[in-house]
Amino acid sequence: MTELMVQTEGLTKRYGRGDHSRLAVDGVSMTVRRGEVYGFLGPNGAGKTTTLRMMLGLVRPTAGSVSVLGRPAGRPDVTARVGALVEGPGFYPYLSGRDNLLVMARYRGLGEAAVADALERVDLASRGADRFKSYSLGMKQRLGVASALMGDPELIVLDEPTNGLDPAGMADMRALIVALARAGQTVLLSSHLLAEVQEICDRVGVIADGRLLRESTVADLRGHASLRLRAEPLDRALAVASRVAGDDAVRLEQDRLALDLPAAAAPELVRQLVADQVDVLELAVVERTLEEVFFEMTNHPIPETEEAVR
Amino acid sequence: MKATDAMRSTRAELLRLRRWPAVWVTLGAWTALALMFGYVFGYLAYKTGDNSFSNEGQTMYSVLHDLMPVSVPDVLLQGMPMFGGALMMVLGAIVAGSGYGWGTWKTVFTQGPSRAATLAGSLAATTVFVVGTVLFTLVLYLGVSLTIAVTESQDVVWPSAGSLAESTLAGVLVLEMWALAGFALGTLARGPALSVGLGLVWALVVENLLRGVGNLLGAVEALTHVLPGTAAGSLVGSIIGVDAGGGTPGVVDTISGTQAAWTVLAYVVALPLLSLALVRRRDVAS
Repeated sequence: MTELMVQTEGLTKRYGRGDHSRLAVDGVSMTVRRGEVYGFLGPNGAGKTTTLRMMLGLVRPTAGSVSVLGRPAGRPDVTARVGALVEGPGFYPYLSGRDNLLVMARYRGLGEAAVADALERVDLASRGADRFKSYSLGMKQRLGVASALMGDPELIVLDEPTNGLDPAGMADMRALIVALARAGQTVLLSSHLLAEVQEICDRVGVIADGRLLRESTVADLRGHASLRLRAEPLDRALAVASRVAGDDAVRLEQDRLALDLPAAAAPELVRQLVADQVDVLELAVVERTLEEVFFEMTNHPIPETEEAVR
Repeated sequence: MKATDAMRSTRAELLRLRRWPAVWVTLGAWTALALMFGYVFGYLAYKTGDNSFSNEGQTMYSVLHDLMPVSVPDVLLQGMPMFGGALMMVLGAIVAGSGYGWGTWKTVFTQGPSRAATLAGSLAATTVFVVGTVLFTLVLYLGVSLTIAVTESQDVVWPSAGSLAESTLAGVLVLEMWALAGFALGTLARGPALSVGLGLVWALVVENLLRGVGNLLGAVEALTHVLPGTAAGSLVGSIIGVDAGGGTPGVVDTISGTQAAWTVLAYVVALPLLSLALVRRRDVAS
């Protein structure tokens, strides 16, 4: 049993030739481990879908390599163990949702029980007999996920699975992915919605303009929490804060102090402030959202991104 | 390519083709046209004694003879080079081409079976429909001609098993070739519309024009001898004969029956290989 479900090395895709060529994916090296929910994060057009297509053998890399389940991507024995929904659900419009899954089940060599089970899991059992073309965007998306789930594949690749879903549908989809992860399935999830990834992913890879900017756990990416303090008088508060956190770890932000201290340091800080007759008006633990980190990363691309990846 | 994967793909394709209204519309159009040109017009002409286009210069006896069971092998083939082929080309083109716009090939290619196995399955399923169409038409014709014979109190003379088998085989070859041509065009164009349009213009117009020009220019004539329409028409013409006055559209005697049969067979082998080469090589980007 391989522990690396997906491994890419310098994966590159260039569309077109000569002056008009476009580098869609540029030297992406990433790994997805067994049993994790991996968030593949990036703005639209960043190269997420092209990378996923190369992992599934739909698109041939220009350079670099990609192995899935320890074997070269796209081989029949690999694809059979991977379930995928890539760039929107592709189904026969004239067939019912159930018949569409039945066709795919036949390709996979699965029985009708797998179809019924998959429809149940995405809450489409009651609409299974309706034609695909009569489905709403959200239902089409759910059918795509159902197709990816059929036969309990070892790796499930979902490209923007919440596209077109309403807030309730999004919550259902998140719950479904979490349930899959609990059941031991590995999920590779791409998204441009950061909040979504933040809640359910173990690790994330951030891609922009075809380059993988960073790959790490969500917690590492967000960095440590910090404290925000509002207290009077300010000058005495600043003195105390500097004593507790160190001079370099305190910044003045308008009428507040920002301290690079973990949440666990809050009680001690308050004790010291009170002992020095400082009135504590407000103390908050502030965590950066993935969104803030993300914009920091994509708006000011770090020159040594290669280093950041390694 | 594993045999089990090709088998699974065939079963999957049969399911989705069987439940596709467009397939039945296409095959229904063939049945309706075949029945009309094969029997309805001829029978009406016989009953009313009109000199309509389909019985020009024929005696009433020969009109009735064409409607009898003994003529089924000829009637079966006469519509195939022209509209039979055109409709099968439409079938092949929609089977191969529609999946690109719908994104279904993308979904299918991520299920497990290799692209070669998937393509083999799709072609096998299409072939099942082509063969089924020929056999259904044969049975239908036998039934209709028998009914006419009984109604008109004629002696029922059955065609020989040999001539029935020959016509059926030739029919399958011709229709299969056009279906495979449609499939290759649909794969090439990655959509049904352009491939159906170009294919029909080719089969119905361009080949006839080229045969016309070929009478004047030697080089063009040599070219027309290897074209699919000429081959199909000549194969049918060698079996049912070509009327002096032009006769049935598309039925010709440009090349010999043997050469025609080999040419059609060559297309039946080469066209799937073309589709396979395209499908295996390409990126699936939509």
